[in-house]
This record gives sequence, C-alpha cells and structure tokens, in this order.
Amino acid sequence: MTSLNINGKQHEVDLPEDTPLLWTLRDHIGMTGTKFGCGMALCGACTVHLDGAPIRSCITPISAAAGKKVTTIEAIADDKVGHAVQEAWIALGVPQCGYCQAGQIMSATALLKTTPKPTDKEIDDAMSGNICRCGTYTRIRAAIRQVADKGVAK
Amino acid sequence: MSAAFDFAKDNANTEVASMSRRTWLKGVGAFTGLALTVGVNGLVMAANAAAPAKKYGGASMPGGTVNDPLIFVSIGADGIVTIIAHRSEMGQGIRTSLPLVVADELDADWGRVRVVQANADESRYGNQNTDGSRSMRHFFTPMRQVGATARLMLISAAAARWNVPAAEITTKNHEVLHAKSNRKLGYGELAVDAAKLQVPAQVQLKDPSQFRYIGKDAFGSVDFRNIVTGNTQYGIDTRLEGMLYAVVARPPVYGGKVASFDPAEALKIPGVVKVIELKGSPPPAKFNPLGGIAVIARNTWAAIKGREALKITWDNGPHGGYDSTAFKVTLQEAARKPAKVVRNSGDTMAVLGQAGKRIEAEYYIPHLAHATMEPPAATARTANGKCEVWACVQDPQATRDTVADRLGWKTADVKVNVTLLGGGFGRKSKPDFVAEAALLSQAMDGVPVKVTWTREDDLRHDYFHTVSLEHLESTLDAKGKPQAWLHRTAAPTIASTFVAGAKGEQPGELGMGAINIPFVIPNIRIEAPEVEAHTRIGWFRSVYNIPHAFAVQSFVAELAAAAKRDHREFLLELIGPARQINPQEMSDTTNYGESPVLYPLDTGRMRAVVELATKEAGWGRKLLKGHGLGLAVAYSFMSYVAAVIEVVVADDGTISIPRVDMAIDCGPQITPDRIRSQVEGACIMGLSLALTGEITFKNGSAEQGNFHEYEVLRAFSAPRDLRVHMVPHKSSMYDTMPLGGVGEPGTPPIAPALCNAIFAATGKRIRNLPIRDQAKKS
Repeated sequence: MTSLNINGKQHEVDLPEDTPLLWTLRDHIGMTGTKFGCGMALCGACTVHLDGAPIRSCITPISAAAGKKVTTIEAIADDKVGHAVQEAWIALGVPQCGYCQAGQIMSATALLKTTPKPTDKEIDDAMSGNICRCGTYTRIRAAIRQVADKGVAK
Repeated sequence: MSAAFDFAKDNANTEVASMSRRTWLKGVGAFTGLALTVGVNGLVMAANAAAPAKKYGGASMPGGTVNDPLIFVSIGADGIVTIIAHRSEMGQGIRTSLPLVVADELDADWGRVRVVQANADESRYGNQNTDGSRSMRHFFTPMRQVGATARLMLISAAAARWNVPAAEITTKNHEVLHAKSNRKLGYGELAVDAAKLQVPAQVQLKDPSQFRYIGKDAFGSVDFRNIVTGNTQYGIDTRLEGMLYAVVARPPVYGGKVASFDPAEALKIPGVVKVIELKGSPPPAKFNPLGGIAVIARNTWAAIKGREALKITWDNGPHGGYDSTAFKVTLQEAARKPAKVVRNSGDTMAVLGQAGKRIEAEYYIPHLAHATMEPPAATARTANGKCEVWACVQDPQATRDTVADRLGWKTADVKVNVTLLGGGFGRKSKPDFVAEAALLSQAMDGVPVKVTWTREDDLRHDYFHTVSLEHLESTLDAKGKPQAWLHRTAAPTIASTFVAGAKGEQPGELGMGAINIPFVIPNIRIEAPEVEAHTRIGWFRSVYNIPHAFAVQSFVAELAAAAKRDHREFLLELIGPARQINPQEMSDTTNYGESPVLYPLDTGRMRAVVELATKEAGWGRKLLKGHGLGLAVAYSFMSYVAAVIEVVVADDGTISIPRVDMAIDCGPQITPDRIRSQVEGACIMGLSLALTGEITFKNGSAEQGNFHEYEVLRAFSAPRDLRVHMVPHKSSMYDTMPLGGVGEPGTPPIAPALCNAIFAATGKRIRNLPIRDQAKKS
C-alpha cells in the first residue's frame, strides 16, 4: 500500500511502487485531468506539483510521491496564482484542443509562484518542457505576462 | 430538462439506405480499372462515366447537409436551448462556432444555450467528417436555416396563442414580442406549441447587419472553462465500470504480421490479465487495425510493462526493405525523367531547350507524423450484440462503419460517442484504433476495453504525411520574365492506403497547389510520376499543399533572385492582374470538391493577401545583419494566405524568429478569434515541420519513437511576435461570398517563407527539409 496526498485528500493505493503517479491518478484514482503525452518527461502534458514544484508525473513513481503533497489541475483553482492563470487562459483564448493545457497551466503556475515577474527568457525556459501541437505558445506567453503584470503572485 | 421542441428521440429512419463509406470503399475495390480520383475528404472514388449530375460542396459529401431544426435544436420549458454540434472538436472551435450561428439566427441568449455533441449518424445530421477545412464552409448556411426556422416556429406559435398576425411579431434575446399589445413570451413558454407545428419550408434569414454573435469576438469557447479546470473528456479519458486497459504491439513494418509470439513473461507482470492476438488485414490498410499482440491489464502502466515483456517474431512482408534514404533517390530518378502530364499549355519542353537563363531546382519534404498531443485512444464495450464506443474521431460515421465491418455486424448495432479530440490534424480521420478497442472488448467477452496508443505507437504507426520530391525548371527571358514552368511532383498517393497499387499523385492531390497555379507564364507543364507507397499514407493538415507550396514558393523566390528582382514585385507580376480563373482552365477538376463557378481562383484576393502581409511586415525595411524577410503565398481550401517571416540566423546557424505577419482571406469571418488562433497554430505547425519535422524509415520501420527523436516546435523557438491580419469584408458578404476554409490554409506558406527568409539573411538556399542546422555558415 502506498499512501498519497492528492489535493489535500489521502488515497491508499495497492500498486507496485514503480507505478508512475500519472497512471495511478488516471486509472486508479479516476482523476483524468492530468494527461498522458509521451511517457518520457519530454512533453509536459502530465505536469503536476509535488510539494509545489512542477514534476512530470509520467516518470515519477508513486514511491517518490508518498509523504508529499500532490496538486493536480483539478485543484489548482484553489491557489490564487493558479486561479489567475486559468482566468488569463480564458480571457486570452489560449486553448485550442486543450489537451496540453492542464500541463501548461501547472508549469505556468509554478513559474509565477517562484518568479512573479518573469522575463521573456524565464517564461520560455520554464515553458519549453511543455509541448503544444496546436501552437498556442504566443498566447501562453501573453497570458503569463498578463498574470505577472496584474501582480497576483507578487 | 422538461420536454419541448423535441429533437432528441431517434426517428425510426436512422439507417437510411445511403451508401456508407464501407460499401463505398468495397465498391472501389471492384472498380480499380477505372480512373481514380481522391475526393476532398481524401476518400477514393471511382470516376464513373455514367455518374449522375455532379454535386458540389456539402451536397457532394456522404450524408449531405441537414437544416431541420427538429434535429439540431431543442428548447426546454425552462428556456434552455440545446443545440447539437455534429462536427468534431479538435481545437478549431467548431463546437462553439456552428451552435453560435444557430443561436444568432434564433435570437437566442448565448448564456442560455447548451451544446451537446452528436454521436455518429450521418443519415440524421448530415456529413460529420471533420476534415478538409469545410465545417463552416458547408454548414454555415444550413445552421443559419436551422436557427431561423426554429425562430419562425416560435413566432408562429406565439401568433396562434395571441391570435395576431405573425408579421407583427418580433424576437429579441430569447423572447417573442408583440409590440402593439405590449405582450411577450419567453422561448421556453412557447417551445411545446412550436414543436407541434409543421416545419416551414421557406424561411427568411437575418440581414447580416443584424448579427449579434456571428463575426464578433466575445464568445470564446463552450469548452474553455472545462479545459482550464481539467474537466474535459477526451478519447483517452473514458472510464467505464469494470474497464480494462490495453496496449498493442503492432507489426513494425506496414503489411507485416505476427509470425510467432510467447506471452509467458508478459503474463507474469502484475496487473496483466490477458494477451490476445489481434488480427490485422493485408494492405491496403484502409481504416483497418494493423493487427498485432494486445496486452490487456488492470491499468495502462501494467499493459505497457506487459507489452515490453512480450516475445514476438514478425513477418515483415514486402515493405521490409523500405529505406527513406534510398527512396529519396527513387523519387529523384522519377522526377528527372518525363512522366504523366497532368497540365500542359504551350510547349514547355521546347522553350526550356531554347536560349535564356535556365533555372532548375529540386525540393524534398520527408514523411511527417501528426503527433497529436492526445495519442489515438478509444474505449469500447462490445456486448450482447451491441457495440458502443467512445472515441476522439474526426470522422464518426466512418468510425461506425469500420467498427461494424470489422465485427461483421450491422452499422445499426454500433454506437459511436464522439469525445473531444486532443488534436486531430487528419490523424483522427482514420478510426483504426477504435476498431482495435471494439475487437478487444469482443475478445474479452464484453468487458469494456480502453486502447491507448503510446507516443511510440503513434509515431511509428501513423498514417504518415507523404514524402515528396519536387523537380522544377524554368527559363527567364532577357527581361527576367519566366517563359516556361516545368514541375514534376513525385510523391506516393493517399489513394494507396485504400486501393492496392495506386501510384503517384491523384487529381485531388495535384489540385492542392501543383496544377492550380495562376501564374502568368506562357508555357506550363505539370507532370506526376507514378511512385509507389511503402507505408500508410494519410492526410496531414493541408496535405499535398505542404510540398507543393514549399517547392513553388521557394522556386518563385529563386527565379526572382536569378532575375535580380524584388521577390514581392516578382511574385505579384507572376500572379498577374486581378481576375477569376476557373480551376478547370488549369486542369484542376477537383477544386476541393467545390463548384468551379462558385469558387474560382481569384488572383485579386491572392494579390491582396500578399499586399497586406508585406505592408504589415514592413517589406523592404532596413534590417540588421543576419536578419532576413521571407515571403510566400498559398491558396488552399478556398482561402488565401500570405506569410512574411523575419528570421535571424546566428553564425552557428541557430535560427530565431522575431516576427511573423500572416494575412488571410477566408471570405466572411464567423468567429474571428478562432480564425486568428487557427492561423497562429498553422504557423507553429508549419515552423515545426520546416525546422525539425522528419520521420525516416530503415528496414521498413519508422525510426523515430518519441519527442526526442521527432522534434516539434517548443516555446523557446516560437516567434516572438506572431500577427494575423484578416482581409476585412463588408457584412453583406455573408450573403454573397462563399466561405473559405480556416483550419489548414495557414500551414502551406510557412516553410517556403522561412526558407526564403533564411536566403535573404544568409544567401543560403535550403531545398531539403527539415532545415535543422543547414543555415549554418559552411
């Protein structure tokens, strides 16, 4: 049994310890907001926060998440920066197909929480691990800039 | 929701005897002796001399168009208007845009509109095959009629209740009004009465100047909120009670099959339930599963681990020697000798042999994979004589037909629920992965099964974009004007995926920017060598326009440079004066399935996007060292797009893109911000394929398995400033000018504009994609 704290709630899962957090969330706990994209930490679709830091859940075994706080897209609205990011995403019409956007929002939120006023380069560096095949990058940058300019993260 | 204006119950006639794709494709097999054409939807059709009068546009598609409000609209007693979205949503916003059109004509309050996704049933909803950039093109008018007719029925119901002439009644924002008597009723209060009325055959559409939603920017998407909160359902997200999870080891070579396998080690993996051989079918692939060995498990991870433990020996079949390096030579050889002539005016060969400045160039674009961020995934429950699937499909009806065909069942026994698509780009037009899920659930005695393709599966077993070698020759006269144009376009055809032995580009593929060039050149000859396919070839966003536009627009820039002319001026001169050209005059008989009269190639509109993009980009402005501006224009899917890219090439060959200006004329604009976003996305996809996009084959198999090997554009490489400029139009044009496509037309001009910019910056001409480090100083 592995004990996981996900969005403030305890979950006991009976899975091999090397099972990635991604598949545990999606297939066992039933939270499908976190997406599969590559399985090799190359695309960022599966990004969640582990004790506040962005990680790729597709290569993170549940043994590494045990005893830590996992935050997923389903609960990021509870964070004021996360909420502001979501609202900026809607206001600027960022999503197209939307599939990668959970990961994008998790990465953007993590960036803004540590770097409230990121430079263009800091934005690109933080976001280049998240692939968007629809090509929403320029709007993602603008949305991050908008949140930063509003000073939500301070 | 309490009943009312009731569309929801299935009419008995859901299985109208329209020829399904399945029958259609089988029919093709029997007619392989006839000339083959590839329709705008890419499906192969047999050209039959005895065919009935030619239909165009939506009417020519399977299922045609439907404008019956009882099918698309329901209104609850609470006033909630529910509108059916029958086209698939993959990021283009169509699930919002088409219902918005209905709501505008209906005078509905958008805040009280709900959108429900249709399942697969073209006999009920009309065509649902969401590709070819044609959802709005074919359904703008039918959806206007749906909304206007429903509104008229509400007015008639009010007229009867108040006993006043209908002509005295108006509507405003979800209410029916009678000004004379100062009475009003909400739509919900009239819905039951309205639904009992005969559907009027004739209806007056709104004057476009009265549109409240169409052409405005404020409506976002019905899915945005769910997307940003993680509440959406894509194909990969389906969860059913008792469901099992499958991954499949597919033959690494197209047409290969399992020689032998040993499941023992896989079955030892915790969570693995069963190992099943999945039957494939010999090429042509059509929409059928490739076959292989499936591992069924209690979660996706266990299935993946189980698959790794399988021992399989493959019989690779006839394509086991496919090698992309060798095939490039095959294409070159084919493109360097005379081939089937598909357009000919004047005497190109004679003029090319005469005096003058002769220019020759060859361009190569490799296979590409779609790499939708959501890989193919589908869930099926095949039990008790019924099969129900949940899947991210662009072509719901073809999915239904394919699943029925593979099960050997009637179409009526298959239900296809369409989820959101995490990207489509043409990959999800092919429902092979859905049939896999249906067959595996059947093999598991009706236990629901979800099939997930890993990224490796997606990249190695795609319906790949074709590979292409484009050979061009021209002669400039003393004034630098091209006197002849020879273009041999050598690429395997998508038809090969449907008909064994189909070789070389077919008319619909040639009509994507190879034969339908409007240039003012006295001698034009286009040839299509008959080259074979050795893998599954399929539609990829903008399809054959990608290689054609790359070659044609690069070559024009090369000619301009040879003539020592400004590229923009030279291009405008080649396009010539504003005129409307019937595509048939350019030997284009397909015209994306649209009427040549309704949709001529309008050189005035082509000129206008070149002028707009170059003006906005400041064409001719002084640039810093290492910077260059590149231009290209393309006409595709009835829309005109020009791109100007500013590039910076560092000494080490690193390319960065400070700015892109794109101009689009897609005719009347329905949801402007979604048009802008589609053009932005098309630009990013174009840059991806130009800079790094390449799938190579060795010993018959695709060599790239994940994003470290198949690189796509990331944030750090995206243009710093990406601007989309739309050619403005008057509101009256909604009634007078036919719509153009939006999803695809932005892609074709990007690769040539980028390579033209690199040439401007460095003097280096790149003719082989991807660019990678070719811009490096040699």
